[in-house]
Amino acid sequence: MSTPLLETKGLSLSFGGVVAADQIDFALHAGERLAVIGQNGAGKTTFINICTGFLKPKSGQVLLDGVNITHKEPRQIVRLGLGRSFQLPQLFTEHTVRQCLEIAAAARTGRLSWFTALTDAVDRHEIDDTLSLVGLQARAHHAASALPEGQRKLLDVAMALMLRPKLMIMDEPTSGVASEDKMALMDTVMQALQERQVTSWFVEHDIDIVNRYATRVAAWIAGRVAADGPPAQVLSDPQIKREVLGT
Amino acid sequence: MIRSMAWLGMLLCLGLGLLFPWSKTPLIMALCYGLASLGVCLLVRAGQVSFGHALYAAVAAYAVAFLARAHPETDGLVLILAGILASTVVGGVVGLFVVRYRGIFFGMLNLALSMVVFSMLGKFYNVTGGTDGLRINRPTMFGLVTERNDYETLLLCLSVLLAGGLGWLVQRYFKSAAGEALAGIKSNETRLEYLGLSAKYILWQAYVGSAALVGLSGALFGLVQGLVTPDIGSWFRSGEYVFITILGGSGHALGVFLGAAVFEAVKLFASAYMTGVWQMLLGLTLILVILVAPEGMVGMLRRKINPHKGSAP
Repeated sequence: MSTPLLETKGLSLSFGGVVAADQIDFALHAGERLAVIGQNGAGKTTFINICTGFLKPKSGQVLLDGVNITHKEPRQIVRLGLGRSFQLPQLFTEHTVRQCLEIAAAARTGRLSWFTALTDAVDRHEIDDTLSLVGLQARAHHAASALPEGQRKLLDVAMALMLRPKLMIMDEPTSGVASEDKMALMDTVMQALQERQVTSWFVEHDIDIVNRYATRVAAWIAGRVAADGPPAQVLSDPQIKREVLGT
Repeated sequence: MIRSMAWLGMLLCLGLGLLFPWSKTPLIMALCYGLASLGVCLLVRAGQVSFGHALYAAVAAYAVAFLARAHPETDGLVLILAGILASTVVGGVVGLFVVRYRGIFFGMLNLALSMVVFSMLGKFYNVTGGTDGLRINRPTMFGLVTERNDYETLLLCLSVLLAGGLGWLVQRYFKSAAGEALAGIKSNETRLEYLGLSAKYILWQAYVGSAALVGLSGALFGLVQGLVTPDIGSWFRSGEYVFITILGGSGHALGVFLGAAVFEAVKLFASAYMTGVWQMLLGLTLILVILVAPEGMVGMLRRKINPHKGSAP
């Protein structure tokens, strides 16, 4: 079998007496669309934070494409091909939508010019393509702070996409978005990821979204993976139904 | 439009200086304040305010004084470069430490370090001349031996050229990828990190640049006054740089020079006609600007020029 795109071995982390990650062995392969489900406090975001370098585990390893990234900083990890979007979109709120993407495009090269104007330092067509990919072309010259939540989420994903990642980790991409807009938002995001051939991993509470977009589901309970497999199998597991879905 | 105003301002400075010789010193002082505030403005762009940047003016000015006294034949231009080099090196070292902090901690650490140096300058009498300071004899400028009037004319021309050139360079920097990333520190360091960039390194670069600019201002101050005292590194001077930056606005490099012009003009005329209350007048001016134009004078100017432009820079 091929090397997993992302793999964790015996990953553990506690906050005082609370076990946030309990000996997690996990592997994600290229091309998968993983949905992570679990109650609040189950350790989903902690796991993301460890895998993206924001938190360091007490023990265990994280491998990205076979490279040990356990003790690397987030900025080193994203350079290896991991993109991240956040539950609360992390935008440059004093810049326009287009400028946010331009900064991200310039960041990919790792060398920020001091003299050339930002607009001239990046590929204009690439910015246009990404804006159009996430449906933000009409908002290009609006301040990022002026966007409604759904579009802020899209911009958050688009900025990470500018780095041309192999894997995109999205923490609750539809939270804070009106119910009627969630599917449209996920349609846009998943189409964009498919077009750019990016493997995805998203945390989600809406089971309709999980059923519609995930090829695999992992259910988190008390800092460990309680169930992992195809959506139909995991979502019909009695323990998951009782402890995660509450049905 | 703003570029035309900058050219006009430069010509006005030169014209005033040549027409009214008494105005040369206040004009050079205003340009020095503008250059120092340009340095502070770099940090304000990243949302950080330093209350101790006069430290770098002091480092540069004393470096100029030491070198001029040790080697009296040294040309003024070389003295200025030596001053900038000293402040840049000190800024590089101090920056490694202070860029790890943000907000009030950043501001206060800078203040604390500047006050340590300020105290040392006053205490080490044998080396620094204590509160009496050190005299700097008038050096040659560009290899020319000059009288006071010509010396000031040369310094004015140099200051105007440096203000125009460096203002343009800093504005280019603001619009570059590095400059926009610097502005990104103000709104979202987490995203910068997840774009593969180090916010600390970006801020450190700006910090070193700001130390160099304030150092240049300090070196010019020393040369125009012919005397360097610890006051050049006091908290009061640091506060004046911040004052000018807020007054002028950090949205465009021109802002600090507008702020410096108003600051020097109010100080000059108020101290002549309203002795004793000139600081109150400056305070009232700042309150007025904050109420009427929170983005500073340059922000107000840009809104007048392009009223439909969004709030994003």
